Amino acid sequence: MSVVSKYETVVGLEVHVELHTKSKIFCGCATSFGAPPNTNTCPVCLGHPGVLPVLNRQAVEYAMKAAMAINCDIAEWCKFDRKNYFYPDSPKAYQISQYDQPIGSNGWIDIEVNGETKRIGITRLHLEEDAGKLTHIDGGYGSLADFNRVGTPLVEIVSEPDIRSPEEAKAYLEKLKAIMQYCDVSDVKMEEGSLRCDANVSIRPYGQEAFGTRTELKNMNSFRGVQRGLEYEVMRQADVLDGGGRVVQETRRWDESQGKTFSMRSKEEAHDYRYFPDPDLVRIHIDEEWKTRVRASIPELPDARQARYATAYGLPSYDAGVITSSIKLADFFEESLKYTNDAKASANWIMGDLLGYLNANNLELEQVKITGQGLGEMIQLIEKGTISNKIAKTVFKAMLESGKLPQQIVEEQGLVQISDEGAILAIVDAVIAANPQSVEDFRGGKDKAIGFLVGQIMKETKGKANPGLVNKLLMDRLKA
Amino acid sequence: MSLFNLRLSDIHNRLHHKDLSVAELVEASLARIGETDGDIGAFLTLDEAGARAQAKALDDAAGAERGLLFGLPAGIKDNIVTEGLRTTCASQFLSNYDPIYDATVVQKLKSAQSVTIGKLNMDEFAMGGSNENSSFQVTRNPWDKERVPGGSSGGSAASVAAGQVYFSLGSDTGGSIRQPAAYCGIVGLKPTYGLVSRFGLVAFASSLDQIGPLTKNVEDAAYVLQAIAGHDPRDTTSANVSIPDYASALTGDVKGLKIGVPKEYLGEGIDPQVKARVLEALKVFESIGAVWEEISMPHTDYAIATYYLLASSEASSNLARFDGVRYGVRADNPDNLLDLYKRSRSEGFGPEVKRRIMLGTYALSSGYYDAYYKKAQQVRTLIKRDFDQAFEKYDLIIGPTAPTTAFRIGAQVGDPLTMYLNDICTIPVSLAGVPAISVPCGLADGLPVGLQIIGKPFDESTVLRAAHAYEGQTEHHKLRPALT
Repeated sequence: MSVVSKYETVVGLEVHVELHTKSKIFCGCATSFGAPPNTNTCPVCLGHPGVLPVLNRQAVEYAMKAAMAINCDIAEWCKFDRKNYFYPDSPKAYQISQYDQPIGSNGWIDIEVNGETKRIGITRLHLEEDAGKLTHIDGGYGSLADFNRVGTPLVEIVSEPDIRSPEEAKAYLEKLKAIMQYCDVSDVKMEEGSLRCDANVSIRPYGQEAFGTRTELKNMNSFRGVQRGLEYEVMRQADVLDGGGRVVQETRRWDESQGKTFSMRSKEEAHDYRYFPDPDLVRIHIDEEWKTRVRASIPELPDARQARYATAYGLPSYDAGVITSSIKLADFFEESLKYTNDAKASANWIMGDLLGYLNANNLELEQVKITGQGLGEMIQLIEKGTISNKIAKTVFKAMLESGKLPQQIVEEQGLVQISDEGAILAIVDAVIAANPQSVEDFRGGKDKAIGFLVGQIMKETKGKANPGLVNKLLMDRLKA
Repeated sequence: MSLFNLRLSDIHNRLHHKDLSVAELVEASLARIGETDGDIGAFLTLDEAGARAQAKALDDAAGAERGLLFGLPAGIKDNIVTEGLRTTCASQFLSNYDPIYDATVVQKLKSAQSVTIGKLNMDEFAMGGSNENSSFQVTRNPWDKERVPGGSSGGSAASVAAGQVYFSLGSDTGGSIRQPAAYCGIVGLKPTYGLVSRFGLVAFASSLDQIGPLTKNVEDAAYVLQAIAGHDPRDTTSANVSIPDYASALTGDVKGLKIGVPKEYLGEGIDPQVKARVLEALKVFESIGAVWEEISMPHTDYAIATYYLLASSEASSNLARFDGVRYGVRADNPDNLLDLYKRSRSEGFGPEVKRRIMLGTYALSSGYYDAYYKKAQQVRTLIKRDFDQAFEKYDLIIGPTAPTTAFRIGAQVGDPLTMYLNDICTIPVSLAGVPAISVPCGLADGLPVGLQIIGKPFDESTVLRAAHAYEGQTEHHKLRPALT
């Protein structure tokens, strides 16, 4: 691989977000994920002869909400068009989409990379229907079609080519995910396909104004996949240019297991979708009153919360960013602050033990039982000296698994910290008596020996001894 | 078959007084079909068992409140889906297709308690004006079995004209109800676009298609329209308008009604005898107090080109779902997906359908869209404006339904452009989306001629009133073909 640094990377992302309406965009079928194949279907979404689409108002409102949250202008009039193509995942052989009158246009979001804020432009957001899912049987015997997903409402969000690195692409995607989640318009789970991302990638020598030839990258199924896929593609294009070649405009597929991109089809093979206005649907009129009502339903968004956490709680911007990256995490954090004033401690527990546990076990916050109240009360117990930080780790784990409040866990497991000087002193004396060699080592200048002695005392008290007190009393005795 | 010369109100009277049962009506219909359909070929699917069961159910429910079309044997064009009853659109592609739901109009007929006898022949996917494009059979004109019944609702028209059913439903995209009604000497009404739900009508050209009745007289057309009209939440293009009582509009009074007669509808290409019958009809209108004058609809010349671009563009997309994957006929042993598509569609569609799919695909293609589809939409607006302007001054527009009477079977096969010109008088009306009725206005060389009465949007009442008043002054609608 060559050195990339002489080229500037230019990326634009096309992100599809499934809207979590109860029913599909053009019929009354349920949209739930994971139902048995072809159970959420009807003549309309199966594209039977004679059927007609009826637009789901909720889908339009979710799309408006999403568009407003990424600072788009909302069209007063918009319409649906047919995108014609043959493929077995598309029962009508056309997708109902929006071609030249998208519901939202001209938006932006801010991302933060390496501590710097950067604005990424958003060309458009439009509403369309999802396709079905094909499962190809090994050996080319055939394919199985599941039409449950057909007609699930989607918004496609197209960014300007403002993204300059794979890290920025990942940050953009994470911010977009957070905004959609805050707006409560989508589950935004990449692994379930409710968030999907294609990328247009090109490179150009630094200083050159004209864009290089771009390739379109598909099949990146995770945030990491997006970053890795872009990293690979940028290097591949640089290799082509460095070797005296030309980048070919084409669509390429990212192969996660091989870590490479492969050509899918060339520009010449690109579809002519023959878009035209769908005569089965009337135009949508969005008046000011409707816009106002939808705008009022948008909650405080991640950037605003991040800023508020910095000013109101004095959290470092980084901490506030991590916590506000997910509305559930942010709500959890705020819940904890009803029970403790130590915002920084709460943030530390969330970013350390909580996220550590979730990531290690590949879990979502809603899959563990701990509550914000539990965390807040636990921090209180530490402040009051009822438990030590070390014991708190045990309590925290118990809360993750049982959801019980810390006081109850402490009582049930007898985890209350021993802060009684007399009781600790007795154990200190016993340990000193039992370990003359270590005592001698310490007095001979081996500071490390004290760690062993402390360990013995904690072992005797099952970790419950107040560590500060243990240190103090042990030193008093040894220096005496 | 005397029963079928009765008026709807007479039949209902006799049913009410138990002089007649629904079962007898249905048996009479089935017997008539048995006698005549070997020659006429109107039916693609007969549902004898279903019809008898419906008749029994209606007879058994005596005493309960009766629907508007209680007991009347009806035929349905084969592009209107009927749950569990084969619906082929007269296409080889759907030769095995049994729908899994009922069209809204079919549900409405059930509520109105008519009896569905079966499904009627048509041009494949409603593309054609003669029924010669059916994949399955030729339908013959009851007035002359060497001639076409018109199309695409040819089976619907022939069946009513032959006295096989009391009424039928057809669909009209560019004249497909009105022209066969004219050729077969019956009444055919194309409602305003949006008056009748399209849900369950297999789409040909979505912005033009409308379902409507074919009947023996205007009053019956009013009753059937009453039963099928109205907003349907499953069709967003169906208008949310209140539906008047059409029968009560049939007052016989047309005094002072202002009629415009476009010179373009009586110009070159119109058979002199057809023109003569239309002028005679206008005299009848004069005699009962209506006034008419010649007007101009300057964009009429562009209507056919506009129609074939727009209708074919929409059709190319509407018919894409017939791909051999989920329903209908699939080619045997395809090599791969592309082969499956190509061969299923090559084998499944007939030549006229393929011609229009190719035309429409071309018109929508990148680089041609502006010159064809977009331009055609602009011209459609101009054509609609012709009507808007005429209706500022006139209550109705009248002209012939078709330039000629029914032509001989085979005469225009292989000459699609001549065939397309048959629709010169009906297509502008479809593009404007306004309502129009064809009523019999006499014979030319022994063949029926149709008079087209065109109204303002959603003003079916005036159209029906004028048609009914005219009918009351003439005997044309009582003429029956001499079927043996």
